[in-house]
Amino acid sequence: MKKVYNSAAEALEGVLSDGMLIASGGFGLCGIPELLLQAIKENGAKDLTFASNNAGVDDFGIGILLHTRQVKKMISSYVGENAEFMRQYLSGELELEFNPQGTLAERMRAGGCGIPGFYTKTGVGTQIAEGKEVKQFNGEDYILETGLFADLSIVKAWKADDTGNLIFRKTARNFNPPAAMCGKVCIAEVEEIVPRGALDPDHIHLPGIYVHRIIQGEHEKRIEQRTTRKREEA
Amino acid sequence: MAWDRNQMAARAAQELEDGMYVNLGIGIPTLVANYVGDKDITLQSENGMLGMGPFPFEGDEDPDLINAGKQTITELNRTAYFDSAMSFGMIRGGKIAAAILGAMEVAENGDLANWMIPGKLVKGMGGAMDLVAGVGRVIVVMDHQNKAGESKVLKKCTLPLTGTGVVDRIVTNLGVLDVVEGGLRIVECADGVSEDELRAATDATIV
Repeated sequence: MKKVYNSAAEALEGVLSDGMLIASGGFGLCGIPELLLQAIKENGAKDLTFASNNAGVDDFGIGILLHTRQVKKMISSYVGENAEFMRQYLSGELELEFNPQGTLAERMRAGGCGIPGFYTKTGVGTQIAEGKEVKQFNGEDYILETGLFADLSIVKAWKADDTGNLIFRKTARNFNPPAAMCGKVCIAEVEEIVPRGALDPDHIHLPGIYVHRIIQGEHEKRIEQRTTRKREEA
Repeated sequence: MAWDRNQMAARAAQELEDGMYVNLGIGIPTLVANYVGDKDITLQSENGMLGMGPFPFEGDEDPDLINAGKQTITELNRTAYFDSAMSFGMIRGGKIAAAILGAMEVAENGDLANWMIPGKLVKGMGGAMDLVAGVGRVIVVMDHQNKAGESKVLKKCTLPLTGTGVVDRIVTNLGVLDVVEGGLRIVECADGVSEDELRAATDATIV
């Protein structure tokens, strides 16, 4: 079982191809697989569909793949803060499927758990419900949403051991575990790979069974909205 | 006379009770955190955190620690982190006592529109649809009228909906209204606003 690869480009070899559905972790620019996104850009794979809560900003995150026209479709809950995205969407070059944020997370989780569909109250009576089966449970309406089964998952974690057990850090966990779970193949980029036995088994957030390839690298970890308070206010 | 943004936030904070787990939306709802006083309130941030703390001191910003508005924040001694699926599990599962949200329109039957204006730039609903469908109580905080002076408290929403029949209470610059059988009930008028003025500014049926 060799899961550790030397670079993002090497980890993508043999698993990345045109037209794929890729599930990506991250919320805004927090906890995004920035090294793998850069490597996908350099690889040049095209007609990609991304299931990702956001689409990055113009020059970071998934945004860099919009400039190179590698993205055909986005499945997201919120796509603000990205002028190039809006330009491509409004001109019809880019398809967009809005999913409520919790529905997107649950679609990924369900896909990773072998659940092809689930009923939810989210979106009942709204545009999101159009064309979807409605079913009553205990007198209330729910709509049918489908599990998401991705060809490839790309995620960012804080630490991994060489068997792929992952630990995330603070709110950089976000969509990474469900995104990792729903892919046929999952590649994780981490800040540090440690030998097996170095992580406390009780502290693993995502077991290595979901993770097939791992790379270690330096992360920029860009901050989208830097908000602070002055020390005098304390 | 009417309430300003901070007075609206202070009034909305009165809705929160000791021990509640609460989700605050972006804008005026964020200000509610400044007015909870001694009440033991745990704030949820839907990107995966319970126990959200204030902004960090300059120099202490952590790119791995942000709120749902993507702003840098801090943790508290009660904080717990989790993934997005669990976060919306607790929202959809009714574990969050209340959400305080902004709105573009609210209707007398509790319908809420706050995510898109057709023909304008659409950014997405984020977690708003999940929140209004799942939390115990939905409190809307918004200006009573739009910039053109038209009521945002309507008989029927004109914009695409975020949820149907989901709003429990509306706090505006002019007063507080509850969604009840047959329309809205005036709970209270803002300082210096008469009941007649509140009624005149409202398109929805007041019962």
